[in-house]
Amino acid sequence: MKITFQINGVEREIDSPPMKRLLDVLREDLRLTGTKEGCGEGECGACSVIVDGEVINSCLAPICQMQGANLLTAEGLSRDGRLDPLQQAFLECGAAQCGICTPGMLISARSLLDANPRPTRDEIKEAIAGNLCRCTGYIKIIDAIEFAAGARR
Amino acid sequence: MAVGQNVLRREGYEKLTGAARYIDDIALDGMLYGKTVRSAIPRGRVKTITFDPGYDWSRVVIADYRDIPGDNYVALIENDQPLLAETEIRHCEEPILLVAAESKREAEIAARRVIIEYEESAPLLTIEQALNSDETIYGSDNIFKRFLIARGDVDEGFKQADHIITGEYRVPHQEQLYIETQGMIAIPAKDSMTVMGSMQCPYYVHKAIKQLFNLQDEQAIVIQTTTGGGFGGKEEYPSMIAAHAALLAHKAQRPVKMIYDRSEDIASTPKRHPGIIRHRTGVMSDGRLIASEIEILFDGGAYATLSSVVLSRGAIHAQGPYKCENLRVTARAVATNTPPNGAFRGFGAPQVTFAYELQMEKIASELGIDPLELRRVNMLREGDITATGQRLTWSVGSEAVLDAAVERSGFVEKRRTISQNNSGAKRRGIGLSFFFHGAGFTGSGEAKMKAQAGVEITPEGRARVLAGSTEIGQGTRTIFCQIVADELGISYDDVEVEDPDTSRVPDSGPTVASRTCMVVGRVIQLAARESKDRLLQFVAERFGESEVKLIEGWFTADGKRLVRFDETAREYVNLRGELRAYARYASPPGVEWDDDTYSGDAYPVFSYGADVAEVEVDLDTCEVTTLKITTAQDIGRAIHPILAAGQIEGGTLQAVGYGLFEELVWDRGRVVNNRLTNYIIPTSLDAPEMETIIVEKEYPYGPFGAKGVGELPMDGAAPAIAAAIYNATGALVNEIPITPERLLAALENMPATDSRQARSDQR
Amino acid sequence: MVHDPAAWSPTSLDEAYELLAERGSEATIIAGGTDLMVALNSRSLDAGEFIDIWRLDELRGVSDEGETVRIGSLTTYTQLIKSPLIQQNLPSLVESSRTIGAIQIQNRGTLGGNIVNASPAGDSLPVLAAFDAELEIGSVRGVRRVEFNRFYTGYRKTVMKPDEILLAVRSRKLKPNERSFFLKVGARRAQAISKIVMAVNVSTTGAVINSINIALGSVAPTVMRAVETESLLTNENLDPTNIERARRTISQEIAPITDVRSTEHYRRTVAGNALAKILHRLM
Repeated sequence: MKITFQINGVEREIDSPPMKRLLDVLREDLRLTGTKEGCGEGECGACSVIVDGEVINSCLAPICQMQGANLLTAEGLSRDGRLDPLQQAFLECGAAQCGICTPGMLISARSLLDANPRPTRDEIKEAIAGNLCRCTGYIKIIDAIEFAAGARR
Repeated sequence: MAVGQNVLRREGYEKLTGAARYIDDIALDGMLYGKTVRSAIPRGRVKTITFDPGYDWSRVVIADYRDIPGDNYVALIENDQPLLAETEIRHCEEPILLVAAESKREAEIAARRVIIEYEESAPLLTIEQALNSDETIYGSDNIFKRFLIARGDVDEGFKQADHIITGEYRVPHQEQLYIETQGMIAIPAKDSMTVMGSMQCPYYVHKAIKQLFNLQDEQAIVIQTTTGGGFGGKEEYPSMIAAHAALLAHKAQRPVKMIYDRSEDIASTPKRHPGIIRHRTGVMSDGRLIASEIEILFDGGAYATLSSVVLSRGAIHAQGPYKCENLRVTARAVATNTPPNGAFRGFGAPQVTFAYELQMEKIASELGIDPLELRRVNMLREGDITATGQRLTWSVGSEAVLDAAVERSGFVEKRRTISQNNSGAKRRGIGLSFFFHGAGFTGSGEAKMKAQAGVEITPEGRARVLAGSTEIGQGTRTIFCQIVADELGISYDDVEVEDPDTSRVPDSGPTVASRTCMVVGRVIQLAARESKDRLLQFVAERFGESEVKLIEGWFTADGKRLVRFDETAREYVNLRGELRAYARYASPPGVEWDDDTYSGDAYPVFSYGADVAEVEVDLDTCEVTTLKITTAQDIGRAIHPILAAGQIEGGTLQAVGYGLFEELVWDRGRVVNNRLTNYIIPTSLDAPEMETIIVEKEYPYGPFGAKGVGELPMDGAAPAIAAAIYNATGALVNEIPITPERLLAALENMPATDSRQARSDQR
Repeated sequence: MVHDPAAWSPTSLDEAYELLAERGSEATIIAGGTDLMVALNSRSLDAGEFIDIWRLDELRGVSDEGETVRIGSLTTYTQLIKSPLIQQNLPSLVESSRTIGAIQIQNRGTLGGNIVNASPAGDSLPVLAAFDAELEIGSVRGVRRVEFNRFYTGYRKTVMKPDEILLAVRSRKLKPNERSFFLKVGARRAQAISKIVMAVNVSTTGAVINSINIALGSVAPTVMRAVETESLLTNENLDPTNIERARRTISQEIAPITDVRSTEHYRRTVAGNALAKILHRLM
């Protein structure tokens, strides 16, 4: 099946088995390996991407449903190799330890801040509840998102 | 000064842009995908193996134990674990065969088309079964290892005791749940084998590969790729998956990638040892512990692997940071027909800490003594003697952490008032735990290993660290750079770390046991000092000065700047060739351990911690919400405060998981909750607020005073939460995780007058 | 096991009906994929053909029909949560949608998918049962309506025919003197399959219960209404004695099992406690 979509601001067309997971299309066909597989069952959120403004688990989305969609992955967050304020906040606050959950966390955080620029700490926790982290205890991730939200004043 | 500052992480940028390459992000030309065919039964023999004739096997590479060039075992301690089963099966998921195909899906399909017939035997699946059965699955009595630690005269002590309190505590299997599953790529070459992947200990993998493929040191090349979490789960297991990939690569003469999916990873890789710990404590009426008898039983699974070392640490920590002159600890690691258990942050200490802290709660309750007072009466302080006869002479932050946690949390006041606000179905409680963790390898481990590390000064005037330690999220590269920068008096930005590639870095020992900063960091500091001394000497000779110093990138004498560090480095290398200095670990003076009597200085130094947990229990559903944890941890010196706090917060949440949510559920020897939907780790909505207090009682033999931080945080939260639940509900639950189902059962088993009355602080 | 299943992505309902008439017995309908893709990924679903209905905008939208609300089957949980119509008239459906998975699941999971997936643990199902909802089912043969409470015939079995597609859910609105309650207990606060899930609709006049609908999930092979407990309480006073009787009755009336998530005893106890708590709050 031929599918055309926008990814990180660039239009792409691919030819793929229709039920191939969006995650695999990103990682294999497009060689965008920033989006990760942690569980294959929509629990860990490491595969999170933004589709038409909403964050979803790309391990649960078949590519046939991405026709005409507008996608944002972790690679699309920074411009010209520079960290965006959210990424910078993660770096300075110690929000990434092993880093495997980080792309998904950034995507969920970006989706939150786009809709809600000044979230409460509780709203931040809700927004990342579908992104599992085993290293940080979430504390510095929440701190970083709060910090970035303040910086976006 | 870089040490003590929150410098930007060396490893940070790539992780934030999605550019960091974990093993599954790497694809090589001609690469095949491997899959393991595993035993479906817990005990028995393989009768027949049939390859489904309806499948096209010409597209598949198959390997079994006969393809192994060396001997069929994965090198570790006892070397009893085969790489691939021959005919005997000792646990579910035991690897039997390997297949490789052009795609991951094809490999999975091929693996499913291998038909294995078994002859089953009755398995021993629990500690009780292993001890009580006439069947032996290991040695003559199903015991991998025993330890006895004894001091004084326990029987006499019990005679003197005013009260004797007994308790039995049970702890489950816990899964490390690194978010990146295990994975390796093996690349064969004419006279060598390269493996790269997710791991903590490149030299463990190196040792295993050398033996299995009959290779010399330089013919086996092991490279760690960016690793998405380890927590001990990637200490020993990577040797097996690396060797599996290598065996397929060897047979196919093509690179082979193996990445586990989550359900295979949970079902077949090593877990925290489950256990039963029994306490019998003789106590005087004023709260002094006078006699302590502790029995430890750990379930090691089917092969010895690391059980002896886990048991050792458990036995040494079993009495906790408390004085007791009369002590007997008997510890056994038992064999069962389950996948071998192994390393997980804490390594025996979280298990026994849950037990000794709950025992202290029980003692406080039965004696009517305040639990905080009980800790103060018995705690080890500077100058006191531990269970193994070690005098605590330096860096003893025991009292400091307890004071800090109690004060910051408002523990005393809250204990008094918390029950006043309890009404209806929601009950609040507050509880504390007090614990310690020996840093570095136990006993003579470090002295025997003599970990090595080096520093190279490049012609550009940069310093490069050469160490086998790995970065797995804790910030290894960053702290190494900080240490070297300050030792050399150069900028943090001018220090880098060589990749952990066994062809380029020495064996600094494994990245485990809270040793990376304290031991390896120290060795690196000494190597940096050595390289600096050589340059100082060089400059002194050049300029005819006797007292040369290195300050902020300049060599100086009599307060005058002579020459810059980078210029000097260039000159030195041009004239004398490379500048590389190596150092090896040596125990601090006076540190001695006797393996035969299992006594002496078990660790060069201990780290100390105290946790205060505040919970709310919903009596209608028995759900426990952890509201807040205040934790004070003495880690000697925080080289990087944010990274140190990150270790403490992350370890504390893993311990919350241990205390409330996580356990493996079994059915006839196989794990039934091997998916993320039913192996429950905390989400952001389950994580408590945390207040972290870093206490710094400098350790004179650690780099800039630092000792171990990695594992200490894992020890305290589970018992603190259990104590808080006790405070809230009156139920002292002696088994973790304290799921709502267990709490409901405990509340129902209590006398009716107790169960719905929150008795807050009368003990 | 099929390597790369085929899929058709019809762009109109008529096209979908045609496909189903032809391939309905062989093909599996996929909406947001939050249940099916998990099964496909874990190889527990062996399906060679899919009919992807994601492009059928006819199945989206929440509309006010006066006495009733009509919810298109492709409405996602996020859309339900944000819909003023649902917030005002089916508040327990908003509550239930908030407890499902996490934001990633809520953005893609659909109400129709939850219904047709027929899991006994479906979190929206007790709400629909308590509201006596109605389902609109279509095929080439026309449209029919089925009472939600007659939709399930057994564990993971429904009255759907192979050529049919769920078009919409229709429900009455919460009445002026009626209150709705929702409770889900899971192993953690997000991303949890329910151990027990309950929805209660109750109207009272003074201290008397006029009507009460109690629906539960995860305590039987399908979503169920606790009819015995309902009839025990109907036209009765809301008082401690009746509440205790209701607690005992419901905990015996349900048929929970012990499984990897929880125990029979826990489910029975919590069902009773949850109902008692709701009734006490009304008192």
